[in-house]
Amino acid sequence: MHEHSHGHHHDDRDHDHEGSELSPMALRVRALESILVEKGYVDPAALDVLIDTYETKIGPRNGARVVAKAWVDEEYRALLRTDATAAIHSLGFTGRQGEHMVAVENTAEEHNLVVCTLCSCYPWPVLGLPPVWYKSAPYRSRAVIDPRGVLADFGITLPAATRIRVWDSTAETRYLVIPMRPAGTEGWDEEALARLVTRDSMIGTGLARTPEEGRA
Amino acid sequence: MNGAQDLGGMMGFGPVEPEPEDVRFHAPWEKRALAVTLAAGAMGEWNIDASRHARETLPPADYLSSSYYEIWIKGLEKLLLARGLVTAEELAAGRALAPGDPGQRVLKAADVPTVLARGTQYDRPAEAPARFAVGERVRTKVMHPTGHTRLPRYARGKVGIIARVNGVFVFPDTHAHGKGECPQWLYTVAFSGAELWGADGDATLTVSIDAWESYLEGAAA
Repeated sequence: MHEHSHGHHHDDRDHDHEGSELSPMALRVRALESILVEKGYVDPAALDVLIDTYETKIGPRNGARVVAKAWVDEEYRALLRTDATAAIHSLGFTGRQGEHMVAVENTAEEHNLVVCTLCSCYPWPVLGLPPVWYKSAPYRSRAVIDPRGVLADFGITLPAATRIRVWDSTAETRYLVIPMRPAGTEGWDEEALARLVTRDSMIGTGLARTPEEGRA
Repeated sequence: MNGAQDLGGMMGFGPVEPEPEDVRFHAPWEKRALAVTLAAGAMGEWNIDASRHARETLPPADYLSSSYYEIWIKGLEKLLLARGLVTAEELAAGRALAPGDPGQRVLKAADVPTVLARGTQYDRPAEAPARFAVGERVRTKVMHPTGHTRLPRYARGKVGIIARVNGVFVFPDTHAHGKGECPQWLYTVAFSGAELWGADGDATLTVSIDAWESYLEGAAA
């Protein structure tokens, strides 16, 4: 694979076996980690817990549970509208990068899209770590000026009359998009509905899966 | 500052490249970069605004050619150097050349879940009423501070409508520079695509930013 000018990285740049052929950046990170551990500023066991947390425990399935509950529980949806932080905390999703939450609902008339043009602000407790494209120059530059073009990169074409609402996360407020509930899911329980909720649908760069797509 | 981080409205970076949601990292070192950045931040020697400023003061060519975890590591090195927690000689040697301060606060493995679940609250009690109300027209100031700010260039000098009053929040422009929290009312301000981008804007587009009160002035209807 070739390298992209906007900073994507691929596994072939970082051979981490037996310490050989490490990329310059891998060496630089390893050196920094060693220095901080040797000086007693970083507990190596804490590093492993941090990695495990964001690799296996906190991810977009959390947000999918919020969305599925909002789809079936009108009272919960109302709480999401008035106090999203409390509504999301009530499911146990709290803390770092989700201290001040706002939920925005897609409708047939209006589609919401979330970006952080200035850095990489993202609601970690419900969506986990931001995907690399969310932090990249192509997304951050274009989401606010050409959102339909960005959506096209994700294979999404909205009706021309649908209003587009872009939320630039310039403060500590974090936004979660509540996608539209797919047709043909009447009577489904929360667990089945949550499986239709994709990460991208909660950023606004995707739609929830249809029942047919969910079976695929 | 008008650095390379302020990307909204720029052109020429090419298409967005989607990827599956189970992809978490693109190289083993990215995991270490994430963890080292979070653990070092937990020493409490700098705040989130100072760390953002350390990243955005990378030279633009460096910023734009770095992946986000590279930006994090380069920013972290700057923060550690500036506070004397590591030296340039140590970074060059790749090992500690002097012992650390034993009194330094350190994040322990057992405390990680609690610390992550607690997060950091940035809202503060209101000491004065909000100047603006939902529905009111405001204009963002034209400003070009050399320090940290969260008012993007594309939204300066623009007329918008207050869409939400979020409460009183720590002010990044001072907080990033050790000049105090100086909490201010924070508003969500919505702009039409035409206001931001003129005739090139999507007629169906509304873009909002979250803006502190001192970024705004009243705009007559």
